[in-house]
Amino acid sequence: MGISSKLGNLGVVTTSLETAVNWGRTGALWPLLFGLACCAIEMMAAQCSNYDLSRFGMELNRASPRQADLIIVAGRVTRKMAPVIRQLYDQMPSPKWVLAMGDCASCSGVFNNYAVVQGVDEIIPVDVYVAGCPPRPEQLIHGIMTLHEKIRGERITDWAS
Amino acid sequence: MIDMIAPQGSEPAVTPIGEGQNWQGSLDELKGMISPRALTGETMLLNMGPHHPSTHGVLRLLLELDGETIVSCVPDVGYLHTGIEKNMEAKTYTKALVMTDRMDYLNPLGNNLVYCLALEKLASLDVPERAMIGRVILAELTRINSHLVWLGTHCLDIGAMSMMLYCFREREEILDIFELVSGQRMMTSYFRPGGLWRDLPDEFIPTVQAFLDHFPKRVDDYETILNKNPLWIDRTQGIGVITPEDAIALGCTGPVLRASGIAHDVRKSQPYSCYESFDFSVITGDHGDVYDRFLVRVKEMRESIKIVQQGLKMLRKGPFISSNRKFVPPPRAELGQSMEAVIHHFKLWTEGFRIGKGEVYFPTESPRGELGCHLIADGSTNPYRVHFRTPSFVHISALPKLVEGEMLADVVAIIGSIDIVLGDCDR
Amino acid sequence: MQNLRSLGDRVQEAFPDAVLDTIAFRDELTLIIDPEKIIEVARFCRDTEGLEFNLLSDLSFVDYYPEEPRFAVCYHLYSIFFRHRLRLKVMLSGEEPQVATVTPIYPAANWQEREAYDMMGIEFIGHPFLKRILMPKDWEGYPLRKDYPLGYEQVQFTFNFDEVMRQKPQAKREKNT
Repeated sequence: MGISSKLGNLGVVTTSLETAVNWGRTGALWPLLFGLACCAIEMMAAQCSNYDLSRFGMELNRASPRQADLIIVAGRVTRKMAPVIRQLYDQMPSPKWVLAMGDCASCSGVFNNYAVVQGVDEIIPVDVYVAGCPPRPEQLIHGIMTLHEKIRGERITDWAS
Repeated sequence: MIDMIAPQGSEPAVTPIGEGQNWQGSLDELKGMISPRALTGETMLLNMGPHHPSTHGVLRLLLELDGETIVSCVPDVGYLHTGIEKNMEAKTYTKALVMTDRMDYLNPLGNNLVYCLALEKLASLDVPERAMIGRVILAELTRINSHLVWLGTHCLDIGAMSMMLYCFREREEILDIFELVSGQRMMTSYFRPGGLWRDLPDEFIPTVQAFLDHFPKRVDDYETILNKNPLWIDRTQGIGVITPEDAIALGCTGPVLRASGIAHDVRKSQPYSCYESFDFSVITGDHGDVYDRFLVRVKEMRESIKIVQQGLKMLRKGPFISSNRKFVPPPRAELGQSMEAVIHHFKLWTEGFRIGKGEVYFPTESPRGELGCHLIADGSTNPYRVHFRTPSFVHISALPKLVEGEMLADVVAIIGSIDIVLGDCDR
Repeated sequence: MQNLRSLGDRVQEAFPDAVLDTIAFRDELTLIIDPEKIIEVARFCRDTEGLEFNLLSDLSFVDYYPEEPRFAVCYHLYSIFFRHRLRLKVMLSGEEPQVATVTPIYPAANWQEREAYDMMGIEFIGHPFLKRILMPKDWEGYPLRKDYPLGYEQVQFTFNFDEVMRQKPQAKREKNT
């Protein structure tokens, strides 16, 4: 992490602003409560006590997009629902990330037909794709850890210049 | 053969999102459904949008409010319409089975079951006894699973948040049993035409028995927390009442109908998959309110425990799938010895089996109500038409009757009590 | 089955010119009914003693393209007291599929008929609110008809990667400020 302590026991650490900001962002990513279909049930199972998500700071699912950082698109996105997702994504304040959970959100999964959007990345830009139908809670947690790594790798010059 | 691919060079089927799209709709479209007072502005139209923490999925409700009281309610569904019925027409019978799991995603084995039963009835395919009892055991475990999720989310909506954690803890054990049997937690596709996909493993009976040893005490805990809880009783008794005549007229089945006093259960009236050899009772309520629907479902969990217990005792060694090689692939060991087995394997894998012309409607009892499959075959390898009669679709259509005159806060309790799953509704 | 046949005979006696055909298949009875008379037959089935089909289990719809008559609407009736089932089938023409609504007799048919209209374009005369229910409001076409394409997207391999990307909408990535 590039932390070096100085001045002995005074408890001072030095690091770069970029690292500190990225560390803060990964610490408590609040997801938007956005379960659509079957993957939502596995997301709820991941939230509950067996595969606890609150140890990642994601205890609360915010119902309002204004208060959320992360949208986990869990389930199949249909053509009727597509403008709704776009509106929710636009309402989220920056910084925001998108995790496409499951096959249906990544690439429409089993459903290659008139009613399902072929992957939610047709509508909103996705950061991490988690495969599975539905993905196990451990797979979702791996996806979240991957997202944490991605956030830690973000450059401050991308958004601060 | 239906035309699958749009002509080359045509425009993509989706219009650019967000440009001039008014997905909410306008007021005069609703003229037949809301009272005239809404059009003058005397009452308020509230949109309980598709994205809402308590609507159990993507359900949109347009509520016309006079203060806190609801004057009328217009549900708007279709936000999860996946085109499963049309997609199944483009696949062979076995491939289409995989799509049935994803309809009612809290009852995947039940959906498999209804499709397999309709197919077996249409093709006159025999199912061995071990497969039938295995199907009953797993279907009842799925019923317990579905009721646990219902209870957890219903209590979460009303405010008893710890129930959600308890119910999902139980649910993990049932999902472990599904994983033991089929390798998948939720969308197992374990029931195949003719029986089961693979034999029940040796650890199946001890694992299910271990689950059944401690689960009844947990149901006792749930009843202790909720049954006589004054907060729970205040929020659920007398709310969302539906009379038996209205329930039948609106097509309600399952716990919604049973809580109003009508003892209609498809497992008893038209038994399938050897349910007639099991001893269980049909639970009914008296008043048809939210509290009665809650009690009916919790007691049904106990009945399901009884059925699984009986099923475990009835399981005997034997074949787990039909031996009709026209429909069921031969085991791999047979392929080395018999030429017919190789030919059957080849035919089944390249084009799939054919079913002669016919039409059948098969009803089963899902945790939500009557789940039926209307299957039409025309002699080809693909189903000609599959239509699923899903209970959630019918129950949401009964929702305006249930919420009329209630307060806004009770809408959440009522939606929870009718136990809808939007995948079941929209398919 | 004998019991069902006798029920079918009773309906035929009451409406001799409405019941066009009777099909018995796998212990189920199907009566093909003239579309003009479906309301009377449904009311008879619901109210007559001995039949008492009070629950409309399912309202299904089929497209038999390119045969004529093209569309069929199937009413699956169930009697809670007697525990017997009956299917009434109505065959409609391809150009203007219209039939009277059974909502006055079975209110459960309300949304099922809306779905039939949405998916297949069958019009129900007298329906209180015949609008699209599952597809978006401005959708054109009736998806479950046999001449409507599935909407299949080509699977993207390396040889057709660019071609598929050209047809596919892509969301633009924004900066995280």
